[in-house]
Formats: sequence, C-alpha cells, structure tokens
Amino acid sequence: MPEPVIIAQNLVKKYKDFAAVDGISFEVAPGESFGLLGPNGAGKSTTMRMVGAVSTRTSGDLSILGLDPNGYGPEIRSRLGVVPQSDNLDTELRVRENLLVYGRYFGLPRKQVAERADELLAFAQLEDKAKSKVDALSGGMKRRLTIARALINDPKILLLDEPTTGLDPQARHILWDRLFRLKEQGTTLLLTTHYMDEAEQLCDRLVVVDKGTIMAEGSPAELIRKHSSREVLEVRFGSERNAQVAEQIAGFGDRIEVLPDRILVYSGNGEREMERMTQAGLHPITSLVRRSSLEDVFLRLTGRTLIE
Amino acid sequence: MSAVVDQAEQAIAATVKPRRWGSWYVAEHRFRVMRSYAQTVVVTAIGNPLIYLYAMGVGLATLVDGNLGAEAVDGVSYLTFVAPALLASAAVAVASEEFSYPVLLGFKWNPVFYGMNASPIQPGQIINGIVISVTVRMLVTLGIYFGFMLLFGAVPSPTGFLAVFAALLTGLGLGALLMGYTARIIDDNGQLVMVMRFIILPMTLFSGTFFPLGVLPIYLQWIGWISPLWHGTELARVFAYGASEPIWLTVVHVLYLAVLLGIGWTWARRVTVRRLNK
Repeated sequence: MPEPVIIAQNLVKKYKDFAAVDGISFEVAPGESFGLLGPNGAGKSTTMRMVGAVSTRTSGDLSILGLDPNGYGPEIRSRLGVVPQSDNLDTELRVRENLLVYGRYFGLPRKQVAERADELLAFAQLEDKAKSKVDALSGGMKRRLTIARALINDPKILLLDEPTTGLDPQARHILWDRLFRLKEQGTTLLLTTHYMDEAEQLCDRLVVVDKGTIMAEGSPAELIRKHSSREVLEVRFGSERNAQVAEQIAGFGDRIEVLPDRILVYSGNGEREMERMTQAGLHPITSLVRRSSLEDVFLRLTGRTLIE
Repeated sequence: MSAVVDQAEQAIAATVKPRRWGSWYVAEHRFRVMRSYAQTVVVTAIGNPLIYLYAMGVGLATLVDGNLGAEAVDGVSYLTFVAPALLASAAVAVASEEFSYPVLLGFKWNPVFYGMNASPIQPGQIINGIVISVTVRMLVTLGIYFGFMLLFGAVPSPTGFLAVFAALLTGLGLGALLMGYTARIIDDNGQLVMVMRFIILPMTLFSGTFFPLGVLPIYLQWIGWISPLWHGTELARVFAYGASEPIWLTVVHVLYLAVLLGIGWTWARRVTVRRLNK
C-alpha cells in the first residue's frame, strides 16, 4: 500500500465523561475511497471533524498528509475539501458568489477563482443557476453546490459527511456520478453514510463504527463474506405465524433471524433453503431470494434497535 | 522525498497567504454581503445626518438658542454642541447593526463561520475580518456625516476631523463588546432585541447626547460615566469645538474606549475559537 494520506491511531474524543470517539484506528491510501459507516451517534461526524482539523482530539495520533492537525490546522485545511452534513452555503450571496468568496479563503487570486468557479458550476450542472439565490435551489442542487465549493481549491482529500441524506433518488445518482468522477481523477474520498447502497457504490474500503469504536473493517465484499452469507431468503408467513414457523425451520441455512414481519434465512444458496421449506410443507405468503448486502452486515454488527 | 512529505510541504506553502491575509478575506466576504444591502447603507449614511442635523441642530436649536442665547450650551450653539454627539451616535448605530445579527447569523441561522473554518481561515481571523469590514463601513458613514456637519457649519475647530476617529472608536468599543456577547448566544431567545431596546437605544438619553450629563441628577450620572457613548461624545466635542475639560479626562475617554475594544475583541475571538473547535 502506498504511503497513507490519513493515519489515525487510537483516536479519542471525549466531551466531559462521554467518549464520542473511543480509540479508532484506520489508514487511508492516496486515491482511495474510504467510508465510515455507523448509526446515528456512532462518532462518524466527530471523527470527520478531527480529520478536517476543526476539532482537537483528546488523545491518540492523527496525521493528515503527513501533518498533525494540532499544529498545522490551516495547512491541512488548505488541501482538504469539506462537504458537511448540513449545507452551510451563504444564503445572503448568489450561487456563483459562494464559490468566488470561498476560493479567496484559500488565498487564490481572483482571476483563478473566477475561472475555477465557472468550471465547477459546469461540473455541478449549475451553470444556468449561477446568478440564482441559494435558497431558490433544490436540495440536490444545494448539495452539488456545496461539493463544487469544496472543490474550489482542488483538494487532495475530499471529506463528505452524509453527502446524500435527504436527497431524492435522481439527485443521489447524479451526486454519485460526480463523486465517482472525482475518484477516477485520483481524489481521495473519506465519507460517512448510513446508506449501505451508497457505501457499496462509492467505497473501496470501509469501517463500521458503533459507540465510538470500530466493529469491522474491509472492502464491502470482504465484509459481506466475513459477516454474512452469500444469499438471504426472506419469507413471510404473516406476523402471527412467523415466530412459530421459525421454530420449525431452526437449523435451516447458516443463521435465522426473525423480524416482526418476516423471517430471514442466511445461506450460501437461498433457492435450496426454499426447496427444503416446501418439502417440509411450509408455504410462505411471499418469498424472495436476494444477495446478501452490506445492510445485512451493518444490522448484524450494530443491531436493529432504533437509535435516536 | 516521499509523496506525503512533498504534499505536506505543498500544504505549508499554500497556507502562507491565508495565514497572513485570512482576516482580509473574511472582510471581503462581509463587503460582498453588504453589497446586497448597499441601498440601506447609502440611504442611512446620507439620510441620517440630513434628518438629524436638520431636526435637532436646526429645529431644536432654534428653540434652545432662542431661549438661552447663541452660546447656550457648553459655550457654543446648540447645533455645534449636538453635532459631535450625533456623529458618535451614528457610529453606535452602525456598530449595533453590524456586530450583532451578522454574528448571530454566522453561527446559527446562516452558519457561514463553520464553512470559513473548514478552509484555512482561523476562528480569530473571522472576528478580525468582521472588525475590519465594520471599520470600513463606519468610516464611510462617519465621513459622510462629518461632511454634512461641515455643510451645516457645525465644526468650528480645525481639529474637527478627529471627531470622526473619536466616533469610530466609540462604535468599535461598544460594538466589540456586543460582538463578544452575540458570539455567546447559542439559543436565540430574542436576547439581542432586549439589548437593543434596553441598553443601546436608551444609552443616548443618559450619555450627554442632547444635553450635558451634568444636567442629570447625580444619581443618574454614573450611567453616563460607564457609557461608551458618553466617553465618545465628550471626546468628539473636544475635537469638534474644543470643549473644555481636563486633559486627564480626555485621556480617560480614549483609554476607556480602547480597553472596551480590546476586551470585546479578545472575548469574541475566544468564544469563536471555543464554538468552532468542538
């Protein structure tokens, strides 16, 4: 692996007695797309802020592009692009002005910023909105503008904190496409998400974080292989019968999980489990065989209890 | 040289300008925002002196001078007496506008400070940038005001132009404190409205603006002594028409306002560092 651009070792962030991040270690290689997955309150955003050099760590070691954020915050930030969880675009300025003003914070000459702003408006498909007010943009457009703004300094590392939360499917796909292009150009991406499809689409490698610690690490395929089966058979017998049927099929597949509305049978071959069920005289109302996904891994590692 | 060492060196080189000029870049942002309400800035900068100098200095002055003579108040005409005070009040008006809601907005309702802080800009530079931009706006406003004072013949002293700087110091001293206070507001429960209504606005009534502070009963005069507007007004009067007061008192005016500015500025910077580095 080439020399990492981000190295975090035993990273800890405490707020009084509460450890938001409790000993996280990971490395990100140049050009890699690395994901932090986890439920709300897992410590993803806190980790992102520490990497973004805007939050001082309580303990541990952190190196971004070979520099320690404790002494070189502005230097590190000069090479980062940051897309925060909620847009902090300037609503008092027009779309293009947001880019012009932001570029100046990096000390870039006005002419260069103006050229870059026009390129980025094209990249974000917002050319015809250049003079619009920010509040007049849709959620997806605001997100694209935030990404464009984050790219004004041609960053080496782009930090994206839940980049597509709240967007409709079309907007998400456009955004994914833009991020994929950046990845192709060699930009290192560090992103947090709780959308598993997003993680599978964008991440070369990821860590699952829960309660401030890392639960698992690997590529999406590795994680699925390690923490789930190849396929999942989903069967529905009606909410009143699911628990009773689950007892009858105990021993089917690698593992069975009973949910209020359905039973999940984790197996290398879902069709075969379905046949066994039919042979046992069990006929579900609906059945579905699908490939195991990162969502199965995520729910297995972080549990299904609602976290609010 | 390894690729990472190379990148670290590039990062250090790229940050020389933001470290040096970051405060100015923030000021550039404020100027751009001010452009969106430039009309208000210009109209108030021209309209206020015109209306106030005419109403107070000419209208009210006719009554005061008519009853008490041409050297009615502090040995000068009422217009000459009130004009430097109005100049200082104009600085306070700009300060209360620019050091309050834009700061609250930047942290809360339009949280651009977080965006700035994600770039090489440092929290202290955000505060510096606000101070720079307000200083410029204040100088423009006060310059226009002073121009009208000259037109109305209200500046007999050759050192009159220094009243502009006395007023500037008044606005900045009071404004820096207001900025520190505003930066601390986490939950907006209308605190700023209270400050404007019960501190800033009534301040003119107890700061020797329309009548000398000595006219007030002694138990109310202390309000003037702690009021930046009184110190600024008295200072402006010394420059504008040579109001007589002991030199030590003039020095106290300057020091008092400079200390307020220092305290407010430092306070705002500290609060901003704390809020942005979580």
